[in-house]
Amino acid sequence: MTNYIKLLVLGVVAFFALVAANYARDLAYLVNALTIALAAAGLFLWTLRQTDEPVNQTDLSGEYMDGVVRAGVIATCLWGVVGFLVGTFIAFQLAFPALNFEFLQGIGNFGRLRPLHTSAVIFAFGGNALICTSFYVVQRTSAARLWGGNTAWFVFWGYQLFIVLAASGYLLGATQSKEYAEPEWYVDLWLTVVWLSYLAVFVGTIVKRKERHIYVANWFYLSFIITVAMLHVVNNLSIPVSIWGSKSVQVFSGVQDAMTQWWYGHNAVGFFLTAGFLGMMYYFVPKQAERPVYSYKLSIIHFWALIFLYIWAGPHHLHYTALPDWAATLGMVFSIILWMPSWGGMINGLMTLSGAWDKLRTDPVIRMMVISIGFYGMSTFEGPMMSIRAVNSLSHYTDWTIGHVHSGALGWNGMVTFGALYFLVPRLWNRERLYSLSLVNWHFWLATIGIVLYAASMWVTGIMEGLMWREVDANGFLVNSFADTVSAKLPMYIVRGLGGVMFLSGAIIMCYNLYMTVRRSPVLDTANSVVPAE
Amino acid sequence: MSKKSDQKHEVETTGHVWDGIEEYNNPLPRWWLWVLYACIAWGIWYVIAYPAWPMINQATAGYKGWSTRANIAVELAEAEAANAEINAKLASTELTMIAKDPELQSYAASAGNAVFKTWCAQCHGSGAAGTKGYPNLLDNDWLWGGDVDAIHTTIRHGVRSDDDDDTRYSEMPKFGEILEQEEITQVVNFVMSLSGTPDDASTVTPGSVVFADNCASCHADDGTGDREQGAPNLTDAIWLYGGDYDTLTQTVTNSRFGVMPPWSTRLSEAEMRAVAAYVHQLGGGE
Repeated sequence: MTNYIKLLVLGVVAFFALVAANYARDLAYLVNALTIALAAAGLFLWTLRQTDEPVNQTDLSGEYMDGVVRAGVIATCLWGVVGFLVGTFIAFQLAFPALNFEFLQGIGNFGRLRPLHTSAVIFAFGGNALICTSFYVVQRTSAARLWGGNTAWFVFWGYQLFIVLAASGYLLGATQSKEYAEPEWYVDLWLTVVWLSYLAVFVGTIVKRKERHIYVANWFYLSFIITVAMLHVVNNLSIPVSIWGSKSVQVFSGVQDAMTQWWYGHNAVGFFLTAGFLGMMYYFVPKQAERPVYSYKLSIIHFWALIFLYIWAGPHHLHYTALPDWAATLGMVFSIILWMPSWGGMINGLMTLSGAWDKLRTDPVIRMMVISIGFYGMSTFEGPMMSIRAVNSLSHYTDWTIGHVHSGALGWNGMVTFGALYFLVPRLWNRERLYSLSLVNWHFWLATIGIVLYAASMWVTGIMEGLMWREVDANGFLVNSFADTVSAKLPMYIVRGLGGVMFLSGAIIMCYNLYMTVRRSPVLDTANSVVPAE
Repeated sequence: MSKKSDQKHEVETTGHVWDGIEEYNNPLPRWWLWVLYACIAWGIWYVIAYPAWPMINQATAGYKGWSTRANIAVELAEAEAANAEINAKLASTELTMIAKDPELQSYAASAGNAVFKTWCAQCHGSGAAGTKGYPNLLDNDWLWGGDVDAIHTTIRHGVRSDDDDDTRYSEMPKFGEILEQEEITQVVNFVMSLSGTPDDASTVTPGSVVFADNCASCHADDGTGDREQGAPNLTDAIWLYGGDYDTLTQTVTNSRFGVMPPWSTRLSEAEMRAVAAYVHQLGGGE
């Protein structure tokens, strides 16, 4: 019976998507409508073929739902490589503008590719990593199968559809010009549906948990899911110009729009890239180190302090703009008080290793996790420092900001995700061990040196550029033109690009290693049953 | 799971276990807590000292009376005051006399450099070498004159601008609407022969006739141009748009209409004089 309802819904969706494609006012909308029609029609056929077939009625409630986690691991790897590749390419476009090829104008120039890169690494790579690890962690630490049956699969595929719609939209020019929130209105609506389903699956699983307490990793994951839902909805309040076109108009305007955007933007960093990934750290680090978490008290205090303080820090992105001074002050003060709560996570992660430091010598996966925590600590010190108005007057609009973001994104988010993937793949595919630890070692060093090259070159260009912009002669006149600063940055831009090449190579080695783990490593015979830990 | 025996410090775990993960009940690190308190104390002081809390009509101003807008106003006024005297002198000195006063010349060069890099570099390049359609200001080839007065006039009124009645103005006809295709080929080859090698030498002689009939009135009989109407010298192998056959054919057929904004609406008299003196001393000034 449910299959008939599904068929009806899919048929209606495919029909209306085709109608939308017919009336489409712009190319991006047309391509997106056809994508939706194709996806719905494909699902329709798939459902039709299964309808009225005998259903295998095995009771799965006693087993963890790992298929969707496996799919998430694969998606994380694929999107990661795509995102890093685009990032490396646009890094070289900045160094050598000739790479903005004439024949790619309007599709492959820097302006179109840059949001593709940021969204691919944050939302496609990071988002898939968060969704799949949260599904894995919440099941293990709740000793319960994911709630909602196939809803988890809907979340997975719905999220991939969101990524494809957003990415193809960017290339064809559909953007609402809000950093990290570029997708247009109908893509935003779809993401809202997917995200609320994700929330339902996660909360549903926690509710039916068999452990008495909720593990700290799940607090972080839950705060990330709830806050991102709120940020996404508020920042994307907009009115479409036509329901047959991709263009929409923001509800907020002027400085209110800027403030909303950076409230969103900073908390995308705070809750997506910090809280969510801390959830990851709180599970995978103690598991891999086989040590207890250092301090329960610290995890409580730093969790509540972090989520209370982060949400106010956005205005530090708007120092010396039309934003009133008072709002900038509050953004800065909250950012600085946030320093220690952020470091609480670092302390808990690093101190968890006390008594297991020797593993750093033998286990490259642990090494990866430790360096990610190190970069986390460095970025969460650098961030509050850059939020100070006087520092910001030098750093703002320079490459220093880009360096800061990447030491966080490559160092913290990237490395902790790699660590989690190395942990997950043997377990998810029931393999005894990873295919090759020496390849993990290669990945570790390539990625680490790549990040160092990236961050160091961006500090140099950023601070140089900031100083050149403000350089005045004895009479008080500016010395440099903007173009002077651009040409002075060339050597460092090449170094940055090389850092990107190294980081990308490391990720490709990882993909190969994980693939070979699944193909070649000896099979391990373990049960996948739901057992409370005690 | 029992407590680990290799544990150095005997701290209790909380007794919770999730998927094999336990938690120690360690206290908050002291240094961590004290730094957190210090940050909070600093934050409290800071929001009292600086504008911070939104009230009903306006935000608290802070006891230091600090404001970004007031600060920038003060800085701008200070810079203005510091240079007021020399700016007045610059604005009232005969343009040709600026170069003879070392103090004034050095001031004009640094002020002009700043103006140039802010307003002019977008088209003329930060080194003033120009690019296709935007004249090189380093050489001695001038469209409208290269003495400091002529440069100043060009800056003040712009070129072919709709916003200034005294703008430098001239318009080359679109010869595509006047001449036959063959004649255009001939005249282009003739023009190329003035400073180099023509594309097709056999058409140069008929081209000279076309030139004399159609072009010489502005570009002069010998092709050396006329600065009164911004007609370029065609004999010096310096090209604004390009001296190859295709580009010249395009130029003759469709003509060109390069524009430059009049700067009197945006720059002060002293700034315009400074940038005129700056451009004049770049190398090609007359």
